[in-house]
Parts: sequence; structure tokens; C-alpha cells
Amino acid sequence: MEYEDAFEEELPWIYEKKPWRWEEDGLTVTRGSSFTGPGCHNGCGVLLYTDKDNKLVKVEGDPLNNYNEGRLCIRCLALKDVVNHPDRLHYPLKRAGARGENKWERISWDEAVETIAAKFNKIKAEHGAEAVVFAQGTGRDIAPYIMRLAFSFGSPNYVCYGLAGNACMIPRLSVQMATLACITMPDYSQYFPDRYDDEEYSVPECVVIWGTNPLASNSDGNFGHWTVDAMKRGSRLVVIDPRLTWLAAKADLWLQVRPGTDAALALGMINIIIQENLFDREFVELWSYGFDALAERAAEYPVEKVSAITWVPQEKIVQAARLYAQSKPAMIHWGLAVDMTKESVPITHGINALMTITGNLDVPGGNVITELPCGVAGYYGWGFDLINREQFEKRIGMGKYPMIRYGIPLASPDEMVEAILTDKPYPIRAMWIQANNPIACMGADPKRTYESLSKLEFVVVVDLFHTPTTVAFADIVLPAAAFPERNGIRAVFYYAQSMNQVTQIGETKGDAEICRLVGKALNPDAWPFESEEEIWDSLAQGSGLTFKELQEHGQMIHPNIYRKYAEGRLRMEDDQPGFNTPTGRVEMYSTRMEEFGLDPLPYYEEPPTGPVSTPELMGEYPLILTTGGREQAFFHSEHRQVASLRATHPLPEVQIHPETAKGHGIEAGDWVWIENPLGRCRQKASVTNVVPPWLVHADHGWWFPEEEAAEPHLFGVFTSNVNQLIPYNCGRSGFGNSYKSAVCRVYKVKEGEM
Amino acid sequence: MSRNGLLIDYHYCTGCLSCDFACNQEFGFPLGQSGMKVAQHGPWLIGEDKWEYLFVPAVTELCTLCSKRVKSGKLPTCVQHCQAAVITYGPLEELAKRMVGKTKHVLFSR
Repeated sequence: MEYEDAFEEELPWIYEKKPWRWEEDGLTVTRGSSFTGPGCHNGCGVLLYTDKDNKLVKVEGDPLNNYNEGRLCIRCLALKDVVNHPDRLHYPLKRAGARGENKWERISWDEAVETIAAKFNKIKAEHGAEAVVFAQGTGRDIAPYIMRLAFSFGSPNYVCYGLAGNACMIPRLSVQMATLACITMPDYSQYFPDRYDDEEYSVPECVVIWGTNPLASNSDGNFGHWTVDAMKRGSRLVVIDPRLTWLAAKADLWLQVRPGTDAALALGMINIIIQENLFDREFVELWSYGFDALAERAAEYPVEKVSAITWVPQEKIVQAARLYAQSKPAMIHWGLAVDMTKESVPITHGINALMTITGNLDVPGGNVITELPCGVAGYYGWGFDLINREQFEKRIGMGKYPMIRYGIPLASPDEMVEAILTDKPYPIRAMWIQANNPIACMGADPKRTYESLSKLEFVVVVDLFHTPTTVAFADIVLPAAAFPERNGIRAVFYYAQSMNQVTQIGETKGDAEICRLVGKALNPDAWPFESEEEIWDSLAQGSGLTFKELQEHGQMIHPNIYRKYAEGRLRMEDDQPGFNTPTGRVEMYSTRMEEFGLDPLPYYEEPPTGPVSTPELMGEYPLILTTGGREQAFFHSEHRQVASLRATHPLPEVQIHPETAKGHGIEAGDWVWIENPLGRCRQKASVTNVVPPWLVHADHGWWFPEEEAAEPHLFGVFTSNVNQLIPYNCGRSGFGNSYKSAVCRVYKVKEGEM
Repeated sequence: MSRNGLLIDYHYCTGCLSCDFACNQEFGFPLGQSGMKVAQHGPWLIGEDKWEYLFVPAVTELCTLCSKRVKSGKLPTCVQHCQAAVITYGPLEELAKRMVGKTKHVLFSR
């Protein structure tokens, strides 16, 4: 279907012939890419406008960047208000009072680095390097540097601290690595400079949005509104979501699934597709392994049973399976909800099997297999060779969880909390926390997380602002640069481009530069880089360009080819066609998972709490609680300080269906308690039919930068933090945690309780 | 001389507020003020499995159609930044012609 997009208007782009930096009306304009912090997991092309004092005064999307095509969301449109915010951390600080008093003394970078190195080395001498933990939050532009820092110091304990079950993308990545030995992404034509118009591209006939609201979340490195681009060009939409998102309202089919039951839905759809002979026989025979075993497993999930489990009407499950299987090509665009169930691994496994049996892997408009973008390393790990086997074997969680043992080189956050609190299997004494605010954001059971961090003798926190985490635990705070304050490289799956420093705030430094300084003090041999730029040169090597050349070059789009499995692009060792798995095929029956002692096939397991697992709780806690849906204005716990963004969503909100609200005497705007046996928090009631009567949805990541920082208030971090109702309880693989399928009750906050 | 306007395909407006924020930034308006503001309607269930869930932008008195930007060869900032790419800028007569036969479009003149 033809759709005339607004930007296809022929206007003489004044940008076209410009270099990466130019002067315009008394301002300097710098073209580059972007990567949090602050922000998200996208890599939008931006134009940063600075005045004669190098102050960032305006941010626009770069119309020449094919990723966002000039578009930008409100968080980057308000970027100058984050960068120039009066509350930014400008200098390294050391704690001047007791922990929690929020009293600080400014120190120099030299003193900060020396203090940290001396303390870390002392702990290493007394307890071993493993007693120092290196913790990040979500994947801000931090993973490669912090991993190198940890491993070059000799600590195997690099962890996403607080993120129970590593329940964010890691389950999906790990299952894909186990069964496909590569990572797929939805193909919205992002590899083509001319995007949807390219002859090689096909617009998907069907897009399945599974457990995500991309318009607000922009998750996994994909520009959320690409889905709207596809809708305009005729893609039919299936949305699998317990909430009525805007996309769900516009969808051809909306499957209002009970949270956490997605594996049953996937198996039910597989069963229908096989029973009705709608699968891609050629692809299955040539490229996949374990079809018969999959078919047998799926046969255990007839549609009546799946409907009873998922609460989705039978006919909708059948229609969705048919629409997906009969559309060529068809894409599954999955998201965070897939990871946020205790047994999340079989969900991903099942959805992967759907992409496989329908032959939608690595075809135009399907699910494209990603490669190292333009040869630029980094996001996928850096410095792994620096740790010896003996130390690596001490990684927390390795003994208990097979996919932590064999999968990615991260420690288990669940076991780490336990290890800190019990000193078993060995004492943990210090933590380096960079780009992480665990007690306010994704940390499960934040009071237990708080207790664990309070026990440590030395804590360093690196961030843009003071947060509940800096105030409660930090002995040293280091000021991180926002992306306009540093150079860097954004290598999102589809392209590479430089990020260019345009301004300086106080003495902030980029996250990579901070790791370089501390790394050099701890292990100079492992950090031979004399400047931050040498890091970028090193990471960019595979592209054939230096950092400076990449800067001049501008956006470098990865030259993708489709059907890499047929071209011998996936098997590094023998260059033969096929996948880089033990069988050389996509393993719907996973030999690796079998080896790990896990079920080699997708299966369904009930969430740990809910009407089936814990019927005895449902009398007192009759509602299903789901959390973490995104707002345009915020990236996780960021952006609460920025007035324009905050104005769009001033307070944490819990969405309650009108009938449920009425039954509890709750009116729109009332403060309500959300409570279950683990704890409670309070949020403002949003009375809305976006949720069904049996479900409430609560915001995550809330703290109040405008409130008292010092203990015990800590910016009100425990006032509205819904994770007080979510335990650490990850799946048998070591991944997944039920952030989106708890139970609760809601009731009005009484006068005097505020 | 023909006058210009903005044609909006509001069926695909997702309420992302990029127009509002881009305009506010371009002109440095006070917090909350902008040449384009978006209203939400719904979601309402209006039939079996049929929902109305609408965002409709409106052009305010503050809109100048970004005459300075346009002169220098750029698009009005709301047009460029609209994430759903639903705003078209051009001569009113032409935009009116484009509207014919389409549903859920609205044309703003300034």
C-alpha cells in the first residue's frame, strides 16, 4: 500500500551538504548519534545546537539519519533541560557525614580515583577481587567498559544489580543464542538508506506486537513508531497485551492475555499452525531441528486449554495463528513482558519456534538476524579475555543456574543479594554502581536490596544526579556526563555513528572515560589507552575507521544481507550454510538447553502467584498486578526532575478499571494503597478501561527529586515503589522474574496516612 | 499568494507530544504553551472489539507555521519531529485536494 509520508515532501534539505559540524544563525550545529544517559536504548540521529559559550540550547532530530529520519521523542526534545539542570552532579564528591545524611565534600578526580583504587586493592588483598562487585543497571552506554573494569581487576562479579532474574532482554538474548546462535530483530527496513521504498524490502503483511508498547518504550534498540510506519503501509496488526494500548485499539486482533501465560499462547498458536498445515515445510525441513518433538509438545496445548489458561477467547487465538502464519512476510515484534515471568525462557523459546516454523527468520519484513554493526565492537562485551578461569569460576550464581553458567558472563543478581546478606559462599565488601539506581528503579524487593547495599563497607556510585542510591549508600559519588558532554560511538544493531561532545558541565566525564581512569589505576596493563579517544579507536577497528574518521563519515549503515544461514554467514568456523548451533540448524528442540539440564522444548508453567498457583490468596488479594508499562516522558527512574516532562505525568499512577474502582469506593485522582503479603506502596488512581476489571497496572521507577534527600526519606523512594510487592524469585534457568504477574488489593489511603 | 497550512492524518496520531515539545523548544514558550497541543479522546468501546482511541492535535494562535525555518529550507519543526509522521505542510489548496476521499484528516490554516 502506498502511503505518502510527510517527510517525503520534496524540500531542499539544507542539511544535505553539511559536514558533521557547522555554523547556523550564530549557533554551532553538531550532527551525531545518541545513547543514554539520559534516554533510552535507541540510537536516534540528533543535531545538537550550542551557543557561543558552548551551552546546549536546542536539540533536533537529524533528517539525514535513516534510523529516525528527523523524528525525535519528547525526552530528547527536552534534552537541554536534563543536561543544564541545576541539580546535575558537577564534581566528584566524598561523603562528609554518616551514610544517608546527604553531606558531601567536593574532591578532585585524582583524589577520587586514588581513594577508590586504594580501597578496592585493600579489599582485594584481604578477601580476593571477587569481594568487589561491579554493577550496572539497564544497558546505558556502559556494558563494555564496566565489564572490562571488573574483569581487569580480577572480579568475576559483573552484575545488573537488583534486576531479579536479569528479567530484561537477557532471557530473550540467551535463548536465541542457545537455539539460533544469533539475535533477531523486527525488520522495519532499518538497514536501507531509503527505508520502506527499497526494492529489496517487503512490508510485513502482519506485525505481531507481543508484550510491548513500542510507541512509548522504544525498546531493544528499535524506534517505536516504525510500527506506525508499517501500519500505514498496510501491515495488519496483532497485539498481545493485557492492557489496551493505542496499538491494541487500532489492531486487527487484540489478545488481552492474562499476564505470564504467554508460553501457553505461543504453544497453542504453534499447535494450530501445525494442525492446519500452515507452516513453511521447506524451511522446517532444510533449516530446523526438532519439528516432530515440537509438534508433539504443542499438541498438549489444544486451543480450549490455551484459552482457559490465557483467558483469551478461542476464536481469537485461532484467528491470530492463522493471520500470522498465512501472512508473508510476517514479523513478531516482542518486548519486555516476554522476559518478565519467572519461567520466561520457555516463552522466548516458543515465540522463536513460531518465527521458525513460519519461515520468517531473516527474510525481508520478518525477523532479521543481526550482526556486529559495521564491525564496531563494544556492546557485546569487552575485556572478557582479561579474567582467568579460576576467578571466573567464582562468579556468584554460577553453581545454581545453568544459563548463568553457560550463557552470558553476568553474575546472578538474586544470588548476589543473598551472598551479600549471608557472606556465603564468600564475603562481598564493596560495590561499584554505574548507571544504576536499584532501590528506586528495577530492583525487586527494594527494602531487601537496601539492606544488602547498607551492609557493604565501600560503595562508589556514578550517575548524572543524586538519587536515592547515591544518598543512601555512596562513599564516593562520581559525576557522569550526559551524551552531549562526551565523545563516543553508537553502534545500534543497524548502524554505527559517532556521538560528539558539544558541551561541558562542571567536571563530568563520560562513563567509558571514568572506567578508563579507574581501570588504569587498578591494572594499567589492561588499560593501555592514553585517552578516551583510544578506546573509541580500539572499538571501531573492525569498521576500518578511526574515531575521527567515523566522526567525519557520519552515519554508517550496516550492509545487511538476508538469509544469512543460506549464505554461510553464520557459521564462523566452517563458513558452511546453516546456523552456528550444535546441529547446524535452528533448534526448536534445544540440544544446548538439554545439556544445561533444562527442558529442551517450550513448555508452560503458571506464574508463582495468581488464581491458579495461589487460589488461597485470591480472596484477600483478588487483583492481578502488572507493572512497568512505559510513559513517553521517562526512561525508567530518570527524568523526574525535568519540569516539562514531569508535567505530562506528574505523579505515579495505578490504572484501575471503573467497575473495580467503584467497588472499592475509589475515584480518579485518589491516592490508593496497592498491597500484597510482601508489602505495599501508594500511587494515584487512574480510573480507566485501559485495564480489565481483574487487573491493575502500576507505574515503576518513581522517586521524588523535589523531596527530602536525607534518610529516612531518601526522596520518597519507598512511597510509591511498586517493587515492594515483587520478590526476588527467578526461573530455573537463572533468568526471568514475575514483575508483571503478581497479585494485590487496592484501597483508599486514609486521611493522616500521607 | 497562496497561503500555507498543516494537514494532519489524525487516525495515526499516537499522542506522543513531539509536536508540542518541538514547538515549545523552537520558540522558547513558557512551560505548557505551544503552537500545537494534542487532545485525547477515548478509549471508548464503540462496537464489538471496536475501539475509539484518538489523539487530535490542534494548532494554536502561537503557531507561525515556522516561517523562518521554512525560508531556510527546513520543515516546520512539528512536521519534522512528529514521530508518526502525520503532519504535512503546504499550500492550503493543495492540502485540501489531498484531503478529498480521506477520512480522519484535519486541515489547519494560519
